Amino acid sequence: MNELLHGKLVHLSAENPDVMARYFSLWYQDTGWVRFLDTDPSRLFSEKMWKEWLEKDLEKETTDEVFFAIRTLESDKLIGFIGFFELFKHHGDTLVAIALGEREYWGKGYGSDAMRIMLQYAFYELNLRRVGLIVFEYNPRAIRSYEKVGFIPEGSVRRVMQRDGKRWDFQYMGILREEWLARQPGDMGARSSTR
Amino acid sequence: MSIDTQLFEGKLIYLAPINHEKDPEVESRWTHDLTLMRSLSRQPAMPLSVAQMKKKYEAIEKEVDESKRVFHFTIRSKEDDRLLGFIRLEGIEWTHGTCSLKIAIGDPVERNKGFGSDALHLIMRFAFSELNLYRLSAVVGDDNQAGLRFFKRHGFVEEVRRRKSLLRDGQTWDLIHLGLLREEWQAIEGEDQHE
Repeated sequence: MNELLHGKLVHLSAENPDVMARYFSLWYQDTGWVRFLDTDPSRLFSEKMWKEWLEKDLEKETTDEVFFAIRTLESDKLIGFIGFFELFKHHGDTLVAIALGEREYWGKGYGSDAMRIMLQYAFYELNLRRVGLIVFEYNPRAIRSYEKVGFIPEGSVRRVMQRDGKRWDFQYMGILREEWLARQPGDMGARSSTR
Repeated sequence: MSIDTQLFEGKLIYLAPINHEKDPEVESRWTHDLTLMRSLSRQPAMPLSVAQMKKKYEAIEKEVDESKRVFHFTIRSKEDDRLLGFIRLEGIEWTHGTCSLKIAIGDPVERNKGFGSDALHLIMRFAFSELNLYRLSAVVGDDNQAGLRFFKRHGFVEEVRRRKSLLRDGQTWDLIHLGLLREEWQAIEGEDQHE
């Protein structure tokens, strides 16, 4: 079996609508989590509603999105999701989004592990040239974790969000294929750096 | 500016709705200019027939009506009502007061005559004074220097460089985000009124 979607702490999987609906309905009740993830105002939707949306997604032939659940290797517990959106195959570019709905897994390397797997998938399977992301200014912990896996700041969209009476920036970050290759241990890194 | 100022009337041009009988033929011609198409979207550039253009106009009006997040105007000459281009606000986030902007002057011989600047002035006033938005964004590829100069000349500030996000003609280009905040626009408008 190919281990492309397996890391040190987590693996990525495809899930049925009823499974993700259960988690989304639950996770979206955590507004702190939603505010790290989404610019839309927090709203609460039933499991039924989520399931209907996700089932409708099944009928769409989308090539500009990739979505995986994040499960722990230890107990196969579903703790979050990771995905590509605005994927432009002809430009070799995509944006990535990640969120861990289960708070007890924050700050322990699970998110970084999932991100490393996703980058490997981007560069070794989809053969993309770069991966970008958007992170909110008030989420420095996420910014640090993205830097840890090799993302580089590319600028800020100024004062684009208003929350709690203040205006906040979006920060864009990105990693190029060659930057990612140079970070790979052993053979692969050496090969790419001598090119 | 008085309360009965004509928001859609500029010096050389006016903003008007789509003309479903006359416009498709004209804009179908413009879509055969792939440089123009590339400057407007990251999707693969391709020309549209008159029939495809008619469908697209229907889709645009449907989106304006249903999404409440898009405004689309044609730009027409005050002299003889001829169609010069279009200007649109998209992805409006009412909660945060933000949106992005697209503008096109279709026929190359109509460019650099002040039509685009005239239309931009109208849309800025419309966005800030009528819609009460807080900021405007524009996304321009590094392969579109004329577009970059145009937005910077009118006060837009370069904020983000998504490195090598575009792959065109075997070459990579950065994708540049520009932004204009309400207070920046007010300062510029103030200067104009003192002239």
